[in-house]
Amino acid sequence: MLDPYKIRQYFPILKRKINNHPLIYLDNAATTQKPKQVIEAIKEFYENHNANVHRAIHMLSQESSELHENAHKEVAKFINADDMEEIVFVRGTTEAINLVAYAWGLHNLKSEDEVLVTLMEHHSNIVPWEMLSKINGFQVKYAEVNDDGTLNYESFENAISHKTKIVCLSHVSNVTGVITDVKRIAKIAHEYGALALVDAAQSVPHLPVDVKDLDIDFLAFSGHKMLGPTGIGTLYGKRGILEEMEPFHGGGSMIKEVTFNTVTRRCSISLNDLPWKFEAGTPNICGGVGLMAAVRYLNNIGMENVKEHEEILTAYTIRRMQECEKVKIYGPEDASLKCGIVPFNVEGLSSHDVALFLESYGIMVRSGFHCAQPLHEKFKLKSSARASFYIYNMREEIDRLVEVLKEIE
Amino acid sequence: MSAVEDYVARIEETCGEEKDYVVTFKYERGNETVQKILKKAKVEKSISQIIFELTFGNVSFRLYGTGKAIFRNVKDKEELQKVLADLLL
Repeated sequence: MLDPYKIRQYFPILKRKINNHPLIYLDNAATTQKPKQVIEAIKEFYENHNANVHRAIHMLSQESSELHENAHKEVAKFINADDMEEIVFVRGTTEAINLVAYAWGLHNLKSEDEVLVTLMEHHSNIVPWEMLSKINGFQVKYAEVNDDGTLNYESFENAISHKTKIVCLSHVSNVTGVITDVKRIAKIAHEYGALALVDAAQSVPHLPVDVKDLDIDFLAFSGHKMLGPTGIGTLYGKRGILEEMEPFHGGGSMIKEVTFNTVTRRCSISLNDLPWKFEAGTPNICGGVGLMAAVRYLNNIGMENVKEHEEILTAYTIRRMQECEKVKIYGPEDASLKCGIVPFNVEGLSSHDVALFLESYGIMVRSGFHCAQPLHEKFKLKSSARASFYIYNMREEIDRLVEVLKEIE
Repeated sequence: MSAVEDYVARIEETCGEEKDYVVTFKYERGNETVQKILKKAKVEKSISQIIFELTFGNVSFRLYGTGKAIFRNVKDKEELQKVLADLLL
């Protein structure tokens, strides 16, 4: 079991006061705070190793290249991928999904095909597919969500067919925190000859994820939601699929050779090996170093411990919030079905009013659609407030949240 | 001659079905701004002296002691600027 009191000492920002109250940071589904270990790794990189990676023979570039490759290797181990060739560094989950849409989907989806998503998706797992469908003419289908926010598996099974070429769904909902059985979904997808893409932005930071066990084809997640810096994220892809795919962006690093043919007066290109084929231009080297530090930090804590801690906090939050007469919580009450996210509203107040009231006591929660408007429409909600937890949150903070909510009532 | 910009740091449209505007007042003038608004607008309700539910003409809004306000039923940013000018100048 992890000790949040011990952990908190490594997070300088948690010492801040907001409006003369100690900061209570409950917006972790949006981004997490950074421990000293990550901040120091970034500082150390710029102070001692900064140089561009690959194809330079000087010492700094070699050090930088080694760090960049090691970051890929550490991330591969973290999700039990075969090796770093399956790990593409991107800006974040959104870019990872767009990469699959345009480097795979653009070339493989035809007008008679279907892409199956769910109604609980973040906009980043809806918009790229809807945009691409305008080019390729395929259908985007939506599996239903139950009233408690869980996936309606029956609706999913009814929607999938041999026309389905890829199934794209989130492992954990960023609104309700509901965990979907993506292993089951991937198995069904494969039975129909479809690929399975999992948006793991809210799962990789919060529970153990093993891509081999889940047998999924693509996994997308962001570094900043798991203690790492912003601007770095990962696309995992099965090696065979990545090898077959066209590149996403063209430029330096992603090619082996660009040769000019004096007869045709055109250049021909040969693509680089994985994962560099998908990493055009100078990568976010420092971001990778920070992400590696974050992965090491989480490994030291243990992902099972992270999951257990959040489950305890979530169960406690739901129980305590139920004491508030005017607070309505959305999603399942059983915390074992969820990660540490609790969406709610206070009767008679908009979610933004709630967020601003809580802010006046130093409590940070998010309000709005959380980039999941279709799910809010399904729940007939104009918006919601969302408290989301991580390793440094404590029961005392939940007590304070509930105390302030009672005051607002 | 003072301008709305002297008091307002940011104006953002809220995320959600209600298209409201969140106005963040300049930190260093937060108290002064809140007091100015409280003098001009009509206080309909107050919660813990932290949230003030106010009306000003046809516009209803909530003012926060922390130096923020949420404006409802204003047509667009231009109209909001006018309301802010009437409240602050």
